[in-house]
Amino acid sequence: MLHSENSMKFGVVVFPGTWSDRDCGWVIDQVLGEELIYLWHKDTDLKGCDCVILPGGFAYGDYLRTGAIARFAPIMEQIGEFADKGGLVWGICNGFQVLCEAGLLPGALIRNASLEFRCQWTNLVVERTDLPFTANCTEREVLRVPISHGEGNYFADPATLSRMEQRGQVVFRYADPTGRVLPTANPNGSMHNIAGIVNARGNVLGMMPHPERCAEPELGGTDGLKLFKSVAENALKVLVS
Amino acid sequence: MVARVIVTPKPVVNDPQGLTVKQGLASLGFREVSDVRIGKYIEVSLDTTSEHEARQRVEEMCRQLLANHVIEDFKFELVREKR
Repeated sequence: MLHSENSMKFGVVVFPGTWSDRDCGWVIDQVLGEELIYLWHKDTDLKGCDCVILPGGFAYGDYLRTGAIARFAPIMEQIGEFADKGGLVWGICNGFQVLCEAGLLPGALIRNASLEFRCQWTNLVVERTDLPFTANCTEREVLRVPISHGEGNYFADPATLSRMEQRGQVVFRYADPTGRVLPTANPNGSMHNIAGIVNARGNVLGMMPHPERCAEPELGGTDGLKLFKSVAENALKVLVS
Repeated sequence: MVARVIVTPKPVVNDPQGLTVKQGLASLGFREVSDVRIGKYIEVSLDTTSEHEARQRVEEMCRQLLANHVIEDFKFELVREKR
């Protein structure tokens, strides 16, 4: 596929045990038509990516804790430096867990309150639209995106959580189809129905739901594509400004 | 030397596994059980003879990898291996 000069370059990180890398890659180069490279966990260079995606799966078998071993992979040092410089880092599912373990995002993801692996559609209310990840969404828009995890129960200590809420770091919350944030819409016991958060600077996003699994009508929904399009259309503007 | 490391969820962290086991014990008739918390037991064998050094190193291992300070506490004891 041909890429225009100002196209975005996405890097999708592959750890041993990652399983959503090809799904993310498909959306990037086949659906969006943006430039894609895969980054191996042993790489020590991000190869000029504008946005790095840490996809879902079970990196290093999720041994010890989810993301606990992955955070020490050689590529993670580069990702930390990239994030410090304002580069866009997007962790999805296991990627979110890795970013928390690495300290690039606050809190941790623990066992679902139900103790069950949950694989189902959820509704997410979008609380921030000033981020490159969500710029194409409207204020409090409800996105229908599936989850697929056993450890998606977001936890942060009360002081951290209240600081995050004050700074508006919660980007997505589990909600009902009309956008009401209710306990019954919470699939995993996450504090404050949290489904996705961003760091204080707004360039590192972590989310448990899988937007790459709802980016084409054949998959039952296209709401996830909105997030990929947001990054593709807004990231360079944000990076340049 | 062997370090016996115990990692437990912090008191403020919900432990759904512990709650479920507590209910299980109650249904078996162990009504005196007031709480159950489930953690991890990790044995680390060390090639060192200095207890002081081992203590410092295992402390570092716990901080860097074996426990996540956001959600877990840890403690450990050092035991000399029998020859």
